[in-house]
Amino acid sequence: MSAVVAGRQGLAARALGHPSFLVGAAISLVVAATALLSFVWTPHDPTVLDIGRKLQPLSAAHWLGTDQYGRDVLSMIMGGAVTSMAVSFVAVGIGLGLGVPLGLLAAGRRGPVGEAVMRANDFVFAFPALVMAIMLRDIFGPGALNAMVAIGIFNVPVFARLAYGAALPLWTREFVMAARVAGKGRGRITLEHILPNMLSLIIVQATIQLSLGVLAEAALSYVGLGVQPPAPSWGRMLNEAQTLMAIAPRLALVPGLAIVVTVMGLNLLGDGLRDLLDPRLARER
Amino acid sequence: MYRRLMQCLVRGAAAGAVSAGLLLGTPALAARTDIVLGIRLEPPHLDPTAGAAAAIAEVVYNNVFQGLTRIDRDGSVKPSLAERWDVSEDGKVYTFHLRQGVKFHDGTTFDAEDVKFSLDRARAADSVNPQKGLFEPIETVEVVDPQTVRITLKRPSGNLPFNLGWAAAVIVAPESAADNKTQPVGTGPFKLAEWVKGDHVTLVRNDDYWGEPVALEKATFKIIGDPTASFAALMAGDVDAFPLFPAPENVPQFEADPRFTVVVGNTQGKTVLAMNNGRKPFDDIRVRRAISHAVDRQALIEGAMHGYGKPIGSHFVPQDRGYVDLTGKYPFDPEKARALLKEAGAENLSVQLVLPPPDYARRGGEVLASQLRNVGISVEIVPMEWAQWLGEVFRNKNFDMTVVSHVEPLDLDIYARDDYYFGYRNPEYRALYERFVASTDENERLALLGTLQEKLADDAVNVWLFLLPKIGIWDARLEGLWENTPVPANDLTGVKWRE
Repeated sequence: MSAVVAGRQGLAARALGHPSFLVGAAISLVVAATALLSFVWTPHDPTVLDIGRKLQPLSAAHWLGTDQYGRDVLSMIMGGAVTSMAVSFVAVGIGLGLGVPLGLLAAGRRGPVGEAVMRANDFVFAFPALVMAIMLRDIFGPGALNAMVAIGIFNVPVFARLAYGAALPLWTREFVMAARVAGKGRGRITLEHILPNMLSLIIVQATIQLSLGVLAEAALSYVGLGVQPPAPSWGRMLNEAQTLMAIAPRLALVPGLAIVVTVMGLNLLGDGLRDLLDPRLARER
Repeated sequence: MYRRLMQCLVRGAAAGAVSAGLLLGTPALAARTDIVLGIRLEPPHLDPTAGAAAAIAEVVYNNVFQGLTRIDRDGSVKPSLAERWDVSEDGKVYTFHLRQGVKFHDGTTFDAEDVKFSLDRARAADSVNPQKGLFEPIETVEVVDPQTVRITLKRPSGNLPFNLGWAAAVIVAPESAADNKTQPVGTGPFKLAEWVKGDHVTLVRNDDYWGEPVALEKATFKIIGDPTASFAALMAGDVDAFPLFPAPENVPQFEADPRFTVVVGNTQGKTVLAMNNGRKPFDDIRVRRAISHAVDRQALIEGAMHGYGKPIGSHFVPQDRGYVDLTGKYPFDPEKARALLKEAGAENLSVQLVLPPPDYARRGGEVLASQLRNVGISVEIVPMEWAQWLGEVFRNKNFDMTVVSHVEPLDLDIYARDDYYFGYRNPEYRALYERFVASTDENERLALLGTLQEKLADDAVNVWLFLLPKIGIWDARLEGLWENTPVPANDLTGVKWRE
């Protein structure tokens, strides 16, 4: 008991002393705050075209200038953060909601059921998000929903494998055996003992998948399978900026940087969380 | 180890010297005789008598396949497989005198039987010809002798020689017609060498060509769908010419570069915001007029085309005879648009705007959607691939609005077809069009062309946006490429490299 308390107290202290966690958390918070802010305020409406003001350089009115249709780039970046975050959060939600139970089921049951579940996962794992999005386009049509579902399905086997791998050794641990001896059923043991002991792993993986989701959303929008205009998207901004590289390179640089910084922030956050939450790594320090 | 390294270096240097010598030697020999052209869309197949896609004609027209007449770079009708023709007094009988000594690529001889076969096939009940309307006035096609064909019309049609110059009216041989989609056999100066799907189509010179020999020995049409890749391919010299360059924003860079010739010419591309007249709410003329008032053409051309493109106000191009300027018919007026929508009881309109892949459509659609939102119409953009667009919009007429460019010349007939995709059914217009077709008097024809344009604009069938520009960019040492596109084509007969 006292060891746990010491661990908790240590966690906050160690978090403050962990630079990559701090940087990652700060960046992620800024991106999230930007996305939330854009619901109530953006400098201009990112969906309104004003051709007369096209391709303006940086100015007090347009901090990051305007694009080829006269839209305010800063507002588009802010709106794009919402798209990015919404798509990757929903996709991670789908992955968690389906993948973790499947992995736990496979680990708890093993035998033919577990085998079937994991092989089905391997099959889904063979399709990258992009291929999935192309296949799903005929059902949903290109759009945010298509991107969410495609990336979400891509996430399912990731979480299923993680949960399966983490749960298997736990099933052989003494406290689980004790619970079995005490007469608890498989489902109850999974909920009460297995899941809580792998939560930190799942949180870390979810953070990493968020960053992959941001990348995947940008990639899908880049090829036109993601959110459709007028909803702003970093990937589409990049696509549209390609032929304008010689005239206005910032139109490609700004969304490119937004993607890089966001992905880097989420990755740092994930790495930091892994260091902080994994007891073995913590002990090694 | 050291010795081996030295050996490698010596060998490499020797090989380098040899290849450098070869490279330096080449230009002194002669001007190049090959060309690589960039095209945006891959043709679905290579038979212009079986598909409407402009990409087919852009490869084969007058290169592989030829008609009795041909349409030249200035839009005029020239003799091709027919040396000359006579018209009867009443304008109903055309006698075509065919060229002698013409052979198809497979060695068979071209004669009047081939002409009869091709025209009868095109106008047969089960014909898959994309332009059956062109042949509709034909009553009979008779073989007078191997070098003479007589075409009798149901009614006089002054358009016949022009219509027979279309890619859909090329002459094919009965022996090979069935396989023309993949193995085109024509009478032209080039024949198909290879077609690597998704990458390129290569034509080589036909040494048995009947006409003036062409300068090029080999022409490769390279399919490059992406504007950025098109830009890079030209800059790197991977393609010598892009007859229809897709990214207008890059034009200033090419203009500033002495290695390139940039020609901004005209096409026949009437770019329209098409509305489904057969479906609510577009069956209400007030709604269509409101949408016409909601569109700001200048902003659209500036935003989507970077200023390249002439505004048009009806389904007719400014460079053709008989043009009437109707661009002022529905001035940009959001207030009026809102008022008209209110009057029609269509204030909270919610519509889908389907966009095919070309950039003029995708970019133009984004600007148009924003302009329509500005008058309170909520617009959902639905991007589609060509095959899907042809199925859903063009054939099934399952759409609200779309943006597309009609590249066929003088195609006012499409508004007289009941089954055409935008669903305009107006007996008055059809009667006018029939009068135009039957008329052989030049002044009357021109006057009727004007009336037809005005009738369409008055009915606000579609919103006519702009004339698609033909931005041609090619190596400055090339000459003979078309500057304008009166018909979809890349006629290479006059193309050569300057020495």
